[in-house]
Amino acid sequence: MSLSLAAAQILTGLTFGMLYFLIAVGLSIILGVMNVVNLAHGSMFVLGAYMAYSFIGTGLNFWTALILSLIISGVIGAIIERVLLTRAYGKPLEQALLTFGLAFVMADVMKWIWGTSLYRINTPTLFNFSIDLGTVSFPAYRLFIVVVGIIIAIILWYMESKTRIGAIVRAGVDDREMVSALGINVRAVFTGVFVFGAVIAALGGVLGGPVLGMYPGLDFSVLVTSLIVVVIGGLGSWKGSFVAAIMVGLIETIGNIWFPALSMFLIFLVMILVLMIKPSGLFGRGEIT
Amino acid sequence: MLKLENVHTYYGTSHILQGVSFTVPEGKCYALLGRNGAGKTTTIHSIAGLTPPKEGKIYFKGKTIHNLSVWKVSRLGIGLVPQGRRIFPSLTVKENLIMSQRPPASSNGKIHYDLDTIYDMFPILKERENNWGNELSGGQQQMLAIGRALLTNPEFLLMDEPSEGLAPVIIDQIGDVVLKLKESGLSILMVEQNIELATRAADQVLIMNKGRIVWSGTPEELLQNEQIKQQYLGV
Repeated sequence: MSLSLAAAQILTGLTFGMLYFLIAVGLSIILGVMNVVNLAHGSMFVLGAYMAYSFIGTGLNFWTALILSLIISGVIGAIIERVLLTRAYGKPLEQALLTFGLAFVMADVMKWIWGTSLYRINTPTLFNFSIDLGTVSFPAYRLFIVVVGIIIAIILWYMESKTRIGAIVRAGVDDREMVSALGINVRAVFTGVFVFGAVIAALGGVLGGPVLGMYPGLDFSVLVTSLIVVVIGGLGSWKGSFVAAIMVGLIETIGNIWFPALSMFLIFLVMILVLMIKPSGLFGRGEIT
Repeated sequence: MLKLENVHTYYGTSHILQGVSFTVPEGKCYALLGRNGAGKTTTIHSIAGLTPPKEGKIYFKGKTIHNLSVWKVSRLGIGLVPQGRRIFPSLTVKENLIMSQRPPASSNGKIHYDLDTIYDMFPILKERENNWGNELSGGQQQMLAIGRALLTNPEFLLMDEPSEGLAPVIIDQIGDVVLKLKESGLSILMVEQNIELATRAADQVLIMNKGRIVWSGTPEELLQNEQIKQQYLGV
């Protein structure tokens, strides 16, 4: 493989890695802080993309459609947390049934509204060109996704380590009850975390729209990949999600070229190896229970 | 200031508190003594809202608080120094302190704690402000737990076994701190197994056994009462 082809493949792997990061980070923080495995998280990713597609269909540009889609996803996230999840805190089985059921309901609603065809969001004109890498060219839009992923990671780093709200969220992962006993409304923190997760997942969905497209079943396939990312990275850790998502993106892309039949197997192999060496994941503190 | 009236608290089906009643007046330090399993920590948890009572009433400054959620109880001005410290290990010492910092619920002319007053009180915390919470010794963690509770600027402090697992010299230091807090006008309810610390700091001692208050008196009365000490405290 030539050097430029290898560079293009690595960039493709990074693009997918960043999309997985955007979906997994919300899942991971929701799991770490709220102890909820949100099995409807993949649905927020796809719903965000479908909504942006429809907004663009009404004549809005990509960026306006993106912002509208994120706002609506945040509102939907708040409603899910306040109306549904609030009844299931501390009941893991009920939570799993609730969020899994919600994923099916959302899948059917999306099929009802958008049908079963494959849709693709057009690449925004601003990034609709290619960067020449010698013998191959690389779409600028994919590079943009990588940059957005890195910016989100920097924002998360800043919020986590430099702000009081970041300290409260980390304390919530350590000992929720004690956080309440210090006068902090953990319920409000939960809502904020859940909305944040929903918005970041939708961001991944919309940005991924021109790359992955949208189709029935994508919600569950990104859910499985992001669960793997969370397990490898360690729950509640954005750093873990970042590193693990890039690993999974690269393994998947490179695996697809060299061992197409084995690429999913390779991801599971890495997950098993990480679990054998560090059961709490690369950056995790607690075990997944 | 704090009043418990016939409080019954359960853990699942276990009936732990079986009609606990007492009142802590403003500015006083009360110590709650008793053997393991007597219901001391459950009393603290009932007040703080962590294990709400099934029956009975708890009043703070005349308002009922037994039906409030944990964070609202804290916001009314009840600080908690929990058993086992419960320091957040993934936060630095400074973050542990400032994460819940807030001004007093009511301006009553008492000390307003901020980060500097806590660092003056416990200089070692200033030295170690960038260490992780779990990198501190037991005594330092206890100081951090006290500092963290004080930064919520409470009017009433619940302290659950502040001497637990500490060396005698550190227990003395903790005792000095409790006395200082009392002098500053803070009301305190302290659960203890260490009779020396309890009798040194408290104005009044309550003894619990099997979920009930079985004796109350001054520290002097307790120290002179061999029968009570032997029967309920095993000394």
